[in-house]
Amino acid sequence: MKLSSFYIWLRQKPRIAFFMCLPLILMVVCLIIYPFIYSIFLSMLNKAETKFVGFGNYLFLFKRETFWLVVQQSIFFALVAVFFKALIGFIAAHSINAIPNKGQRKWRGMLLIPWVIPPALSTLGWWWLFEPTYSALNWFLKEISLPAIPWLSETFWARFSIILVNIWVGAPFFLIMYLAALKSIPADLYEAASIDGANYKQKLYYITLPMMKNIISITILFSIIVTFANFDIVRVLTRGGPIDTTHLFATYAFRVGIESGDIPLGAAVSLFMFPILGTLAFIILRSVRKRAMEV
Amino acid sequence: MIKLKKNNLHRRKFIKGLSAVSGYAIAAPYVKTATSAGKLSLGIWSHWIPGQDDLLENILVSWGEKNGVEIKVDFITSIGNKLLLTAQAESRAKTGHDVFSMGVWMSSMFKHRLEPLDDVVEDIITKHGPLLDSAKYYTYLDGHWRASPAPTGSFYDSMVSRYDLFKKHAGIDLQKIFPASKNRDTKLVNDWNWDAFLLASEKLYKAGKPFGATIGATPDSRWLGALFSSYGAELVNKNGDITVDSDEVRQVLEYMSKLTEFMPKSIYAWDDSSNNRWIISGEGSAIFNPASAWAVAKRDNPKIAKKLWHNDMPRGPKGRYRPDNSQFWGLWDFAQNKSAAKDLFRYVAERPVVDACVKGSQGYDIPLIISHFKNNKTWVEASPPDGVLYNYPMRGDEIPVAVAHPAPPEIASQITTQYVIANLIARVTAKGHSFKKAIKWAENELEGVMRG
Repeated sequence: MKLSSFYIWLRQKPRIAFFMCLPLILMVVCLIIYPFIYSIFLSMLNKAETKFVGFGNYLFLFKRETFWLVVQQSIFFALVAVFFKALIGFIAAHSINAIPNKGQRKWRGMLLIPWVIPPALSTLGWWWLFEPTYSALNWFLKEISLPAIPWLSETFWARFSIILVNIWVGAPFFLIMYLAALKSIPADLYEAASIDGANYKQKLYYITLPMMKNIISITILFSIIVTFANFDIVRVLTRGGPIDTTHLFATYAFRVGIESGDIPLGAAVSLFMFPILGTLAFIILRSVRKRAMEV
Repeated sequence: MIKLKKNNLHRRKFIKGLSAVSGYAIAAPYVKTATSAGKLSLGIWSHWIPGQDDLLENILVSWGEKNGVEIKVDFITSIGNKLLLTAQAESRAKTGHDVFSMGVWMSSMFKHRLEPLDDVVEDIITKHGPLLDSAKYYTYLDGHWRASPAPTGSFYDSMVSRYDLFKKHAGIDLQKIFPASKNRDTKLVNDWNWDAFLLASEKLYKAGKPFGATIGATPDSRWLGALFSSYGAELVNKNGDITVDSDEVRQVLEYMSKLTEFMPKSIYAWDDSSNNRWIISGEGSAIFNPASAWAVAKRDNPKIAKKLWHNDMPRGPKGRYRPDNSQFWGLWDFAQNKSAAKDLFRYVAERPVVDACVKGSQGYDIPLIISHFKNNKTWVEASPPDGVLYNYPMRGDEIPVAVAHPAPPEIASQITTQYVIANLIARVTAKGHSFKKAIKWAENELEGVMRG
């Protein structure tokens, strides 16, 4: 009797739904929630991990000149790279969308290549182009009688190089998202606008952009998160140099936490991104939700 | 526990007796103890020199076979910090290999997770004599030996010079100053100082063959540590006080401001292989490196290899120092077979093992036990040119030194791994900061590395 009532309880829809979701819940708990809580815990220990120091590590970072340099660089890197990725993605999506359907596929495929190759590998290719002493790009510049550029050994050019590679890797993501968004805009809206005499610019401002607002917001949010937390490009190209001027949160956390063996401080550096990105995500997602409700 | 001690004592007595009779260092097969059995897994640094990993594996496996220990060796590259990352993972998970390579500062980084090896290292010292002071500095922590000398992987950065270019453009005969024999002219050697090196660098730069060495965030920047030591410039003294604001540090900054004028501008972005490429390509006249640059040049550009010469570092007002990079083997405190590991550590410190490793590495490996330097033919016989490696192990008044010495090792390791010295110099020489501003930055960084 007891067994059958348990069986009935088990067969109720909410229970079935819960059990079906259980693998995912377990995955989230094990791979996201536990590491997150553990890293918070770690960031509150002293260097030897023997004493609880509360927010001591965070307060300590506030006093470090190099840390504030990393904060500025991460913000600058993320904003500039995401802006250009979005811009290039937008232009490329429009250009591809304007091509007749038949020829679109090969362009889509080719333009997605940078996004598909593992960044550590493609960045190694870029490193050969930028190599401090035997740069292939500098060889080309020399061939056309232009001066060599210190791609990785001067702060300005090193920052330029890592942003350039990040844009190269990330722009196809915007392209594919924007292309999908463009394709979902009903063609009759453009036809109606054309009949009303709207030019290209007006169609862009009054149809395309409003229809793409949500996807633009979400892709930008997603890209900012990924760009902020970027590691491989900087690690391969500059290792944070010259003179720490290309370090981002992740590479600096690696330097402090893994290379120097100060895991708690490294955890504090990497968790510093969380409130910044959390606030940004809250603002962007709230505006997306608002717009969705308006629709 | 008591039983173990009894066994060890018995074994030592046996060894002592055997040595007395034969007058001969104990070689393989190592005397098996009651505790050498079971399995032993090792995570060992993967050597740059081709074939050296196989050689070491054969040595270890044959020791295992003779002593009833099943040996499993994983060679782990240090490229991309994989060795350090694996060590971090194993030390946190408290599982993994029994024995792990402890490169340079790793003993101090992981000292809380390493089994003290006082008995092993004391045995080695009793039998073979003392280790290099620099080796002791890295691993003798809080009154305990935290790791034992590794048979492979330790090296010095000597000067690797193009003797033909020095002679032609700077008028300096490095082969005469540092000949491949004991007959050194003391005056000539004494005159080989940082000032002479600066003058030579200027001439070589003007001849289009500059000296090159990194001033970037990469381990090869350790030559700057030796430069600091030779001027008596300390960032943190042996008591742990920040002493970077000193005349000696300003002297080094002044010197580097001049020297960098004659170095390639790309040095701030050089990685560990850049200097090798620099000398092997024929563009450079000198680098600071172990014997690997010559070994690779012999394979890839033999014409250049024939013109290379390993020689001593320039001397500074406070002495002549050579950058040191020692490798050890540590035993995790969670290791499953500690007694077998300790026996293995004793075995790999034996002269025949060390000699075989030096030979296999084409002279790259430097023993950490001083007595093992004597009568080793590998460095004497290496060629071309004849005697190229004679001065790769130290023959004169050089002192091997760790970066940031004499700071307490835990602090020195942080200074090294956060590249405070390279960044301090680059702030002055690349960014144009005043000495005062750069030193202030360094003080701030040093406060950071000294946190408890």
